[in-house]
Amino acid sequence: MRQFRFAKMIAAFLMGILLVQIHACSPSSQDSEGASGSQANENTTLTIATVNNSDMVVMQDLSKQFEEENPNISLKWVVLEENVLRQRVTNDIANRGGQFDVLTIGTYETPIWAEQSWLLPFENLPAEYDVEDILPPVRDALSYEDKLYALPFYAESSMLYYRKDLFDAAGITVPDQPTYEQVREWAAAVHDPDNGVYGICLRGKPGWGENTALFTTMVNTFGGKWFDTEWQPTLDSPEWREALTYYVDILNQYGPPGVSSNGFNENLALFSTGNCGMWIDATVAAGKLADPDESQVADTVAFARAPVASYPNGSNWLWAWSLAVPASTRSPEAAQTFIQWATSKPYVQLVAQERGWVAAPPGTRRSTYEQPEYKEAAPFADIVLTSIESADPSKPTADPVPYKGVQFVAIPEFQALGTQVGQTLAAALTGQVSVDQALQQAQANAVETMKRAGYIS
Amino acid sequence: MSSTLAVKPHNTKTSKRQVATLPLVAPSVLVLLIWMIVPLLMTLWFSLQRYNLLNPANTGFAGLNNYISLLSTSSLWISIFNTLVLVGSVLVITIALGTLLAVLFNEEFWGRSIARLLAIAPFFVMPTVSALIWKNMLMHPVNGLFAFVTRSLGLGSIDWFAQYPMLSVILIVSWEWLPFALLILLTAIQSLDHEQVEAARMDGAKSTAIFRFITLPHLGRAIAVLAMIEMIFFLTIFAEIFVTTSGGPGLATTNLAYFIYLRALFEFDVGGASAAGLIAVILANIVAIFLMRLVARNLDV
Amino acid sequence: MSSASSKRYRYLFVTVLGWLAAALLFFPIFWMVLTSFKTEVEAIALPPKLFFQPTFENYITIQERADYFSFAMNSIVISVGSTLLALILAIPAAYAMAFFPTKRTKGTLLWMLSTKMLPPVGVLVPIYLLFRDSNLLDTRIGLTIIYTLINLPIVVWMIYTFFKDVPKDILEAGRMDGASPKQEVFHVLMPLSLPGIASTALLAIILSWNEAFWSLNLTTTNAAPLTTFIASFSSPQGLFWAQLSAASTLAIAPILIFGWLSQRQLVRGLTFGAVK
Repeated sequence: MRQFRFAKMIAAFLMGILLVQIHACSPSSQDSEGASGSQANENTTLTIATVNNSDMVVMQDLSKQFEEENPNISLKWVVLEENVLRQRVTNDIANRGGQFDVLTIGTYETPIWAEQSWLLPFENLPAEYDVEDILPPVRDALSYEDKLYALPFYAESSMLYYRKDLFDAAGITVPDQPTYEQVREWAAAVHDPDNGVYGICLRGKPGWGENTALFTTMVNTFGGKWFDTEWQPTLDSPEWREALTYYVDILNQYGPPGVSSNGFNENLALFSTGNCGMWIDATVAAGKLADPDESQVADTVAFARAPVASYPNGSNWLWAWSLAVPASTRSPEAAQTFIQWATSKPYVQLVAQERGWVAAPPGTRRSTYEQPEYKEAAPFADIVLTSIESADPSKPTADPVPYKGVQFVAIPEFQALGTQVGQTLAAALTGQVSVDQALQQAQANAVETMKRAGYIS
Repeated sequence: MSSTLAVKPHNTKTSKRQVATLPLVAPSVLVLLIWMIVPLLMTLWFSLQRYNLLNPANTGFAGLNNYISLLSTSSLWISIFNTLVLVGSVLVITIALGTLLAVLFNEEFWGRSIARLLAIAPFFVMPTVSALIWKNMLMHPVNGLFAFVTRSLGLGSIDWFAQYPMLSVILIVSWEWLPFALLILLTAIQSLDHEQVEAARMDGAKSTAIFRFITLPHLGRAIAVLAMIEMIFFLTIFAEIFVTTSGGPGLATTNLAYFIYLRALFEFDVGGASAAGLIAVILANIVAIFLMRLVARNLDV
Repeated sequence: MSSASSKRYRYLFVTVLGWLAAALLFFPIFWMVLTSFKTEVEAIALPPKLFFQPTFENYITIQERADYFSFAMNSIVISVGSTLLALILAIPAAYAMAFFPTKRTKGTLLWMLSTKMLPPVGVLVPIYLLFRDSNLLDTRIGLTIIYTLINLPIVVWMIYTFFKDVPKDILEAGRMDGASPKQEVFHVLMPLSLPGIASTALLAIILSWNEAFWSLNLTTTNAAPLTTFIASFSSPQGLFWAQLSAASTLAIAPILIFGWLSQRQLVRGLTFGAVK
């Protein structure tokens, strides 16, 4: 009798599983059929992993056109925040989960993943794609051993934003190429916290893609570097001290409150509500700051190149959000077809037609910058183009270095190390530790990481 | 808890009836055993390997190296300390305030059922969402509501996540979990013997005395269970830190869960993360045993 | 008379206090819902706007970008499914442990809880490999199994506590009348501890609903629940607070409504006082 009851219990449990399973199967079984068929005639479903930046959202909207043009390919989107996406995708690729067909990755991942053979190269691109039209620094950054492993969707450098009205009132004219010394004077001149205007806004939020990225460009232009040619960390060098002292001083004197938790987004919000006199950040912000729907300072924002200190190279970064095909995909051809469509010249035209030229994906193709309509709609276009063309990831610093990358070091260990150092920078910013202590700690972290990874002994 | 009941039933009769408990308990135990043993063994195995997802070429047996390099970094110890601070303070806050609120919401008052629902609502919000709301809309030193209020009063604004990072995280987590404490304690308080309370009141006992000598002892086991359950969740608090401070500034809000996260998903160091995971399990069990000692007399198992 | 008026003051005092507490706790959610009807520029305007022309634009944009209903359906199926499974497993176990404790009961209970202490991120790689090999990646059944397992210890503990609250004399009386163990569980124990079981179920549903680690890592599109829906709105470039608020409101709305419906059941409380 008791045995019988136990059996019933188990039966109920299995029934439950069965019910859920049946429920779960109905949509997914259809899908697995779709995904497995890669022949041209059969329907193919592409799963696209992407970040939730506004240009990507536009792509998602316009991709209905792609589906109309290619009736046998349907698209599914996984939209995630940058860090989460990177983790999710890395985990899937490294463990060969095969969940994605198209990946959105940056200039940091592309060479590293290509080296692991996790990505499929783009070979025999059709002539009308005009690969030579892509700006050379971007093309280089997405290549590994002379093969392209990702195609750029949009690219950015960094530049200086400032408020023309405040600068005019203070009698300041900004040259094309400002210096960090001038920036300090200007910050003092326009700083007016009683009226909610802070002299300068900079990234302070810890993260290798947040404060560390900006700070690395500062170190570069102050003449410093992450590692010497023997991979020995040089984070306690005088150049780092000079850069960090500058960074901490200027933000403590003329920065907004809460600077240690401000990343790109937070600063964008601050600047577009009129709380910042200056801001050094990604060039993609230009389109948003100049858009009256999104910004209260659309008519007063002005643009200049990122400031320099002693060494001009490496003072502005280079990043390209790009699309790549993982080696684990079941439909490589369909995936490449989609990526070529999304990074093509006609796509730029399509965006211009549907959303206006100011929304066109910037920084990838020379042809975009040759359009008079674009130059007119985007007053910042020339500065962006010069910034991107001047960024040289293979020679970012004054002294020779063994690594590539302007605002990052293209080795797998950098994500964690850069984030750790970013936290230390934030601690120095909030006054938890002194500049010297922070540099010592950062150096110790770097030495430990490089030892563990076997670069140095 | 039965000690507070007016009539204490004796258990001798119960033992007359024997029920085979094994088949009843076995399914739960079995699935949990599998769920626990399989990942645990795999984690144990990985923790002895040199295994980084981003560096598939460099694998092999590492012995205890992962543990040694972990235990020699000061950040591990700081994060353990932070974990304890976080767990301890949120536990105290939620249980103390939760008890008071449970007593309050047990009283009859106008619109009680709606007020009660409003009060438990924060628990329904996903941790990521609540962290985002608090960070951007309330605690933000420039655009936030708190800063607006304090500035209007001429007090200037507080930069919460830079000046009081740990306190801010504690505040957010407490806001999320206070409703849970309230819910559990309210359900428990309602099983309180009303006649007993009435009788005490007739005898002229003050409300505070009733609370101290009748309500509080009655809540003993509920509080113990609450503390256990909350502790489990607080040990692995992650989303709130990830969204607000990213563990900083410095290491000020890096708890063990965040520390492991950095190892596992930033460095993709599976070996190191596994070792840190096992250290976390050991720590959790130490805390659990300590807590059990503390509340054991309330758990008449 | 003085006692009557003091009673009235007390009532008033408790009403004010109760509403104050509720308002304080609910305020952030209220603010979020309010923000969801603003435009992005209004959302960060200072001084904050209490009165404005409400707009549904955020909700429309969101629905255009992501099919809310498929995410919501996954959330419902997975959280309800895993809760039912956990209850089916937990009720017999809790019954046995509450009324027929043995030497090992206490140890078993503690051990169950300790299975929850392994940080999920530490076991991600092993679980991912297991899921890949058993084709469970991006399936509802996979996520249901995970949630059942991570919630089971909590469910056992809570039901165990509620069962312990049932006075033994009531069960004794039933037994005297010759009730079988099955009848005892279904006709005496379950009705008596229904509020407890209901709040346990609600808790398990909420925990599964809000779980964001496994859902983000083990699903892509077919089985993705609302936590991944939220993740796609959590920090895009540009101003996003109104849109995020709208997405968050959508994500918590079903569970809030569910909580509203079940609240009578939840707070009716255990009524043993009257029985005794």
